[in-house]
Amino acid sequence: MVLLKQKTDVGLVAHLMRRAAFGEPLVALEDRSSQEYESIVNGLIDVEACPRPDEDLLERHNLQHADEENPQWTRARWIYRMINSRRPLEEKVALMWHGIFATGTSKVINNRMMRTHYEMLRDHGLGNFRDLLLKLARDPAMIYWLDQQMNHADAANENFGRELLELFSMGIGNYTEEDVKECARAFTGWTESQTIPRYPNGFYDSEFVYRDEDHDDGIKSFLGETGRFNGDDIIDIIVRQPATARFVAGEIYDFFVSDNPNPEHIGQIADAFVESDYVVSEVLKFVFNSDFFKESRFQKVKSPSEVVVGTAILAGRHQTSYEFGLTMMATATRNMGQDLLNPPTVEGWHTGREWIDSSYLVERVNFASKMIGDLDAPGTAKIIERITSNRTVISPSELLDECLSEMGKISLKAPSRQIVFDELGASADLDCRSKEFNEVASQMLRLIVSSREYQFA
Amino acid sequence: MVTEVGRNQIVDRKPPVFVVLQLSGGNDFMSTVIPFKDPHYFEFRNTVGIPEDNALHIDGGYAFHPSMGAIKNLWDEKKVAIFPGTGYASPNRSHFRSMDIWHTANSEALSSDGWLGKTIRDLDPNKNNVVTGVSFGSGLPRAMYLSGTPAISVSELEGYGLLTDLAGRQQRQAVKAFTRMYAPEEFEEADVVWDHLGQTGIDALTGADMLKTAPPAYSSSVEYASDALSQSLKGIAQVHLSGIGTRIFYAQLGGFDVHGAQIQTQNKLLENVSRSVGDFFDDLRENNGSEEVIMMIFSEFGRRVKDNGNGTDHGSGGGTFLIGDRVNGGFYDPYPSLALEDQLDGDMQFSHDFRSIYSTVLEQWLGLNPHPIVNGNFDQFENVFDI
Repeated sequence: MVLLKQKTDVGLVAHLMRRAAFGEPLVALEDRSSQEYESIVNGLIDVEACPRPDEDLLERHNLQHADEENPQWTRARWIYRMINSRRPLEEKVALMWHGIFATGTSKVINNRMMRTHYEMLRDHGLGNFRDLLLKLARDPAMIYWLDQQMNHADAANENFGRELLELFSMGIGNYTEEDVKECARAFTGWTESQTIPRYPNGFYDSEFVYRDEDHDDGIKSFLGETGRFNGDDIIDIIVRQPATARFVAGEIYDFFVSDNPNPEHIGQIADAFVESDYVVSEVLKFVFNSDFFKESRFQKVKSPSEVVVGTAILAGRHQTSYEFGLTMMATATRNMGQDLLNPPTVEGWHTGREWIDSSYLVERVNFASKMIGDLDAPGTAKIIERITSNRTVISPSELLDECLSEMGKISLKAPSRQIVFDELGASADLDCRSKEFNEVASQMLRLIVSSREYQFA
Repeated sequence: MVTEVGRNQIVDRKPPVFVVLQLSGGNDFMSTVIPFKDPHYFEFRNTVGIPEDNALHIDGGYAFHPSMGAIKNLWDEKKVAIFPGTGYASPNRSHFRSMDIWHTANSEALSSDGWLGKTIRDLDPNKNNVVTGVSFGSGLPRAMYLSGTPAISVSELEGYGLLTDLAGRQQRQAVKAFTRMYAPEEFEEADVVWDHLGQTGIDALTGADMLKTAPPAYSSSVEYASDALSQSLKGIAQVHLSGIGTRIFYAQLGGFDVHGAQIQTQNKLLENVSRSVGDFFDDLRENNGSEEVIMMIFSEFGRRVKDNGNGTDHGSGGGTFLIGDRVNGGFYDPYPSLALEDQLDGDMQFSHDFRSIYSTVLEQWLGLNPHPIVNGNFDQFENVFDI
């Protein structure tokens, strides 16, 4: 084994990778930590420098699933990218925006729209927030989701106008009911090309259409400004509001830093957001380099996607295009309470401790335990191989330390450690080639991912 | 006046049970119970109005939505109480906030204490039974959250359990370790989320052991449909009939946010609600388990009086139902007038606070003191229950 010189603490890199990506095993972290921390952050943010995964083979190996109209396939592909992309931050940011701009198949039955919607979040999620809102307002899935195609000059439909202000940009309490109405008026005529159900023409790729004749061109008063506003003027005004910077900062903090909001740190993120001229990648660079981020280890409850993808990465599952069961990964996140591309309502998922209820917890433990406990899983096999490569016997306590370290520098509290030893009944050294070693190692890995500690990122 | 004896054993010595069915998205009450007698109905509903010929007429110039045949049958048996004009002061038209208000019974301040969580706490103050409250379907609703009070959430009853892919000694070993790793007494340091995880883990284990007794003991001639709500209500029937002591049940159906395509969407959804609720009560009656059960059906708000050309936008005034064999059927408030001068910013006025219904159920059905649960003193309805 060639040890590279470590320039950054591996534990800190592990933390960064759990948050900005979906976690990595030690073997990958050691590689990264030969760089300075700031370079590692820059490498994650500069997504253009890495290619996206080649999905041609994935399609060909999954012909029975690869159906453009089936949302389960779109979900499975997304999970494949979360596991394999060399641009993990792009997928993570898409996941953040998906929780905020929560749009779903429960209503948008044309899955081509949902696929395009997800791609929009991924392609523009790290860019300028104003551009992102504009893309969102022109996104066919969003238009259909919030009934924009029924927002007419002579009969306004407030749905998009209201949620744009409440859930997508400013937050409740920062505008009036009158602002909602005026906002809706400004977006009249913003529609899409397939407003009808699939029959008789089937689903096709829909695109944004602006109908000038259906736009209410009158004077509007919005957030204290008056003019003959159209939708893009409204977005300009929204983005300038201090409430918007604070709202976005709060969402970024909640998604990347901690479940416990800290107003001072959120304020700093809001300031950085304004200074960056609302560029998301710039504000993320500020966050990842901040002390409050570095000190926030294990202060977030993992989302179901993080549990599923993170565990699959450790177990080395679905790293090839032909492995069976990719769509089952999408089912797993749903059973844990996060059906991707199908949030429960327009306000997205309740996060933090609300990811944990008895049903979801059972799913988390059962899924992770089964996956990591299989010593034939490529990642699990690699972990065991690295542990046993330079020894023939190992004590149970060394084995536990090595497992935790190999799984990305995670830890168990002292009582949990003791419980693992007690219940596995292992006190004497283990022969690394014995059946007993395999049994203990598998149970140990299972108990680690079943623990309360493993639920935190 | 409910006596002290009555407080805990209201119905035939069987403890009273309360089922909540949440319709998420803001159900349009005006086309659920349709006020044809109001001369303004078709004036404001000229595109999404229900034709009079199709509707299921009941007394006084009102009618149920055409797809609600099963609930109409329960009404004919006088088992459906209708509360038109449910709402609260300073209505909030955000789904998120309004649902929170209903779930926490608190319209003034943000809170994370669910009203049913407090109800479960007061029904079982010594925490003798972790399955006192059970929710079926997509996750535990905030209404059932209360720190320190157990509540079980089940997606599917079949196969529910921990580490079920293991067997024999390995499974016993892993479950025992899990039990200790989630036990509070093993850990000195703690915080809210850590404790919540621990309690949830222990409750899940205990609850799974109890719940898995329900399906084998159940038999019924009622065949529920395969949709999610029907399966949730079937699960509720199974758990209730198994006699493990669940007092509060929760089920949900989403999709009621009909800004567009209202006619088609509401047809489908209300048919789903009505059919599954009908099957549920048929099942309970067949198994001698209906007398002690009431169901409340609610939505976080209603919709604007005037339609938007293809659907309806968020509005404040809604309506609520209580259904059960011990419910005295009928209208419990006048239907709000649709006349423009009687509207509240384009919405139906509300005639009673939703916490009046909560209080009525809590005190008169469950025998609890409603004040700490609903955060105040609200007028109650009289003679809703036949007890």
